[in-house]
Amino acid sequence: MPHGSLPLLYIFLFYLFGLIAILSALLFVTRRSPVAAALWLVNTMFCLAALYVMLDAQFIGAIQVLVYAGAIMVVFLFVIMLLNLGHPRELADARGLGWKVVAGAVGLGLLAQVFAVTRTHVATQIRLPAGYTADQIALRGAIAPIAGPLFHQYLLAFELTSMLLLAAIVGAVVLAKRGDARVG
Amino acid sequence: MLAESLFFSAVLFTIGVVGVLTRRNAIIVFMCVELMLNAVNLTFIAFAQIYGVAGQIFVFFVMTVAAAEAAVGLAIIIALFRHRHTVNLQDINVLKG
Repeated sequence: MPHGSLPLLYIFLFYLFGLIAILSALLFVTRRSPVAAALWLVNTMFCLAALYVMLDAQFIGAIQVLVYAGAIMVVFLFVIMLLNLGHPRELADARGLGWKVVAGAVGLGLLAQVFAVTRTHVATQIRLPAGYTADQIALRGAIAPIAGPLFHQYLLAFELTSMLLLAAIVGAVVLAKRGDARVG
Repeated sequence: MLAESLFFSAVLFTIGVVGVLTRRNAIIVFMCVELMLNAVNLTFIAFAQIYGVAGQIFVFFVMTVAAAEAAVGLAIIIALFRHRHTVNLQDINVLKG
């Protein structure tokens, strides 16, 4: 992000990507076909990656495209095709009016709550000087400022995450294996 | 752009919650959870710009957990589909009593 007042183009693009993300999310929730829904969700994730890049998180933006839009959503689409979900019985999955009213009320309550939180004052003592993150990236590149703390301060968490991934791989294979699944 | 990011994040999270409550297809419910995780990630990134890089590292961990969750969750859905031949959450009510 540039220093001082933001250029108009930056603000315009920020709003544009944010609105596209919200629009895609709305389309995602309302689509009946799981494949169309998944593709709209991919669009939302791409827009979020653009927002990450504009918020000085270039590395996370790239990871978002690679891991989320690339890997995770491909797994989702793969499962949708594997299960061959396309019957009209499967497609008519929206809940009744009562559920919709409840969901709308919960959503409005949540939205009000989050807006109330955003209006509170955030601590200014721990605030970094303006443009600090952009300066760090200009000085050390986009990855070094993340990699440093990740492999020092958060090394234990990093190793635990690798254990978690290993457990997830084993769990997924055991769960999806044919044969033993019929025992239960 | 902190206020705008928080606004987008709140709206996306709410859409995810409404999706979880209104849909019955297990895979779409699952994707709504992913949308909620993404909305939270946007909040982390927006705060990371002001309060330091720790927020970006948190997003890194959230993504890893989301990947693990997707792998296990989809395996469960596949195992479930083999038993019941449906992913409609209304037909999966063994625990309901």
